[in-house]
Amino acid sequence: MKSLLVALALTTALTLPSMALARPVTLTTNLTNYGGNGAYLALYVTDAKGAYAGSLWMAGGKSKYHEHLSDWYRVTGGNSAEINGITGASVGAGRALSITLDLADTLFDAGYALHIDAAAEDMRDSPSEIVVPLTAAGAGKATAGRRYIANFTYDM
Amino acid sequence: MIRSLHRLPGLVAAVLIVVLALSGAALSVLPAVEVVATPAHQKSDLSVAELAARVEAAYPGVEQIKRAPSGRITAWYREGESAGAAIIDPATGRGVAAADKSAFERWLTNLHRSLFLGDAGRFVAAAGAAAMLALTVSGLLLAARRTGGWRRFFSPLRGPFWGRLHVEIARISAAGLLLSSVTALWMTASTFGLLPEGPGAPPMTTSVSGRTDYPAAEMAVLRQTPASGLRELTFPYPGDAKDVFTLKTGEGQGYIDQGTGALLAWADLGVWDWVTETIYMLHTGRGAAALGIVLGFMALGVPVMAGTGVFLWTIGRRGRPRIKANAAPGQADTVLLVGSEGGSTWGFAATLHAALTAAGQKVHVAPMSAFSPSCYSRAARVVVLAATYGDGAAPGSAKGFLDRLASLPTSPGFPLAVVGFGDRQFRDFCGYAHNVVRAAEAKGWVQLLPLDVVDRQSPQDFARWGHAFGRVLGIALMLNHQPKPPRSRAFTLVSRRDYGAEVQAPTTILRFALPRARLWQRLTRRGMPHFAAGDLLGILPQGSTLPRFYSLASGSRDGFIEICVRKHPGGLCSGQLMDLLPGQAVDAFVRRNREFRLGRGKTPVVLIGAGTGIGPLAGFARANRKGRAMHLYFGARHPDSDLLYGEELARWQAEGRLASVTTAFSRSAARAYVQDALRRDSTRLTRLIAEGAQVMVCGGREMATGVACALADILAPAGLTPELLKAEGCYVEDVY
Repeated sequence: MKSLLVALALTTALTLPSMALARPVTLTTNLTNYGGNGAYLALYVTDAKGAYAGSLWMAGGKSKYHEHLSDWYRVTGGNSAEINGITGASVGAGRALSITLDLADTLFDAGYALHIDAAAEDMRDSPSEIVVPLTAAGAGKATAGRRYIANFTYDM
Repeated sequence: MIRSLHRLPGLVAAVLIVVLALSGAALSVLPAVEVVATPAHQKSDLSVAELAARVEAAYPGVEQIKRAPSGRITAWYREGESAGAAIIDPATGRGVAAADKSAFERWLTNLHRSLFLGDAGRFVAAAGAAAMLALTVSGLLLAARRTGGWRRFFSPLRGPFWGRLHVEIARISAAGLLLSSVTALWMTASTFGLLPEGPGAPPMTTSVSGRTDYPAAEMAVLRQTPASGLRELTFPYPGDAKDVFTLKTGEGQGYIDQGTGALLAWADLGVWDWVTETIYMLHTGRGAAALGIVLGFMALGVPVMAGTGVFLWTIGRRGRPRIKANAAPGQADTVLLVGSEGGSTWGFAATLHAALTAAGQKVHVAPMSAFSPSCYSRAARVVVLAATYGDGAAPGSAKGFLDRLASLPTSPGFPLAVVGFGDRQFRDFCGYAHNVVRAAEAKGWVQLLPLDVVDRQSPQDFARWGHAFGRVLGIALMLNHQPKPPRSRAFTLVSRRDYGAEVQAPTTILRFALPRARLWQRLTRRGMPHFAAGDLLGILPQGSTLPRFYSLASGSRDGFIEICVRKHPGGLCSGQLMDLLPGQAVDAFVRRNREFRLGRGKTPVVLIGAGTGIGPLAGFARANRKGRAMHLYFGARHPDSDLLYGEELARWQAEGRLASVTTAFSRSAARAYVQDALRRDSTRLTRLIAEGAQVMVCGGREMATGVACALADILAPAGLTPELLKAEGCYVEDVY
């Protein structure tokens, strides 16, 4: 379990200039025992129209494999500037990724959805394995994944 | 320089390289297994659309279809809440086996590329590959030097067994190791994004139709793509109208609208994609299974080379004795410089050092590579003890000596003495010592006494030189050097047959009983070693510690030890042996003589000998139970007096152990020498040698020279020379 506090003010458009209007949110992704090498995960947000709004975290440091996070790759064009400073290690099977970010209040209950794309070596890519609307009420409720992700929870 | 480039990575990374090689060899089998286990394509014109339709019919929840370079087609699918994967028979679209990569294969792969240590491990493994590359390149250079150049790179090797084994395996596996290590480094660089990449996935420029109902079997793009060109086809996630079909082929990748079947975006593979894929194929054998097996087989040589390499290094170290009371360079009146390859020359230096020190001298011993005359402020003389590596190259501890000598502004103010160590059977006997003398002469360096040579670590040769050297110094120098103190034992004479008294060449064939080894001696390997005809019996005559060597005329299987001895006027050892009676014993030991061995195979053999030189040749014939074609040419003085093995020769010929026997007698009416017999038989000899016959010569030096001259004349029309045959190992001599 790792806990990271990342100030996204400078790196993404998801936070407001004033930190007073942001709150710390902990994103926890538990992986299944899918029996493969460490998984790459991309956590990003789309707006009410489904358009890409920004990236929150990239687990997996080698950019040559990012194209396997195919939804994220398609909407960002694989632009590494989108994940500058918010990249960590890939996550082993059965392990959990926990990150704490200051997210702007305006992201919640405004139609924004959090996506997680997942992929592992020699296994099927799993784009948008998690798509969960960001709502205050949804906090603390687990969403089940399809292939690599057992469940995902965000806590405020 | 090259030697240390070879030794350092070898010693530091031996274990790492062995782990990488063994795991790589195990992995190399997998692509071939996959090819064998893959259902064969019956129809080669199967399209991706058709394949997708078949798989979809069998697995409605199909998510992805992949085709491996081996032709194996795998489908990933969902069944309710669970996910599955199956190897697909393209003819039916149905699964024939579960497809998940085995945990063992994954374990092996992770061991091979990162030692289970993630990115840090990848760097370590890459360092192992770099060490392997350095070892292969430096090893190739060393092997070329050892064999006497690239053109003779694959000529037969000489020297001790472990060294030969090391180089033999290296010559076979170097190409594969070179390929594997270079591609490994390339792949690591590619993994860390240090190399250019192809364009990758194309950007999505147009938006999707939003419909989801177009059947894959109807899509034009998929219909036009043959299944043999497919890499992977990913189906859209069910119910996600914004998702698309993703197609990757050998030509590129793109997206297909699931509502219209239209190609939304496409990107061709770039040159760098092709390069990366090719490198991947060459390293893993995926898509080139036979190559994979070959590379894996070659990698199996690595553990053997690591073992023999480390072993050779330790015996090289162990062979260097500790010099007691070694004087500082600035204090010494005599400086001994050692140019040693395997370490044996250091032993001679230690003996010389001890003898000179006992005579009251201050002596400094150093490797030739440490030559620095400006430090030898009190030196009165420098002695160089130089072995030779390959054809006249500098031995290990003499690297750079000639360069240092050449760069001196003036010749040193003290005189030089050079002793060469070598083996007369090599083409360039003491070649490096001669080079040293030539370089010294060119520099105008005064020489204390002319170059002398020590053949095959002969203690006698060394003692003789010591005598001459002591006379120059005005001291009585007794050098008694035993290269390896032999473990001698008593051998009891069983029988003797005397010849030659009438022709003033008293000669005898002595047969000794094999000493019985007790069980514990055999278990501790202290029993009688295995020996063969052509090996040597070292006899310690009474009143001397220097052994005299006689060629063996028998092997272990004969159950006795036999030698031929001729009485030398005043000879200590031959005199004692001539007087030996059955029941009496001598102190002796067996020593290997690997250079004088019958080659393997069934090629004919030409045995040439004179006088007691018949001994090992008779031994070869006696052991020739399989009837290999052996032609004996034997020179003696008179048929009635010194025709050694006369009765056996006739019998062996009748039994097929000898194909022919040709004799020449120098004191008969014909007055012929063995080389005359060879010249008379030139047609047959040329034919035999052209067929690959091995020529084995044993006898006195004059006879051997005469034989070499005769053969040079005989073979000249065929474009062959004795030197060429020697270099190929087809012409071996045992000369005394």
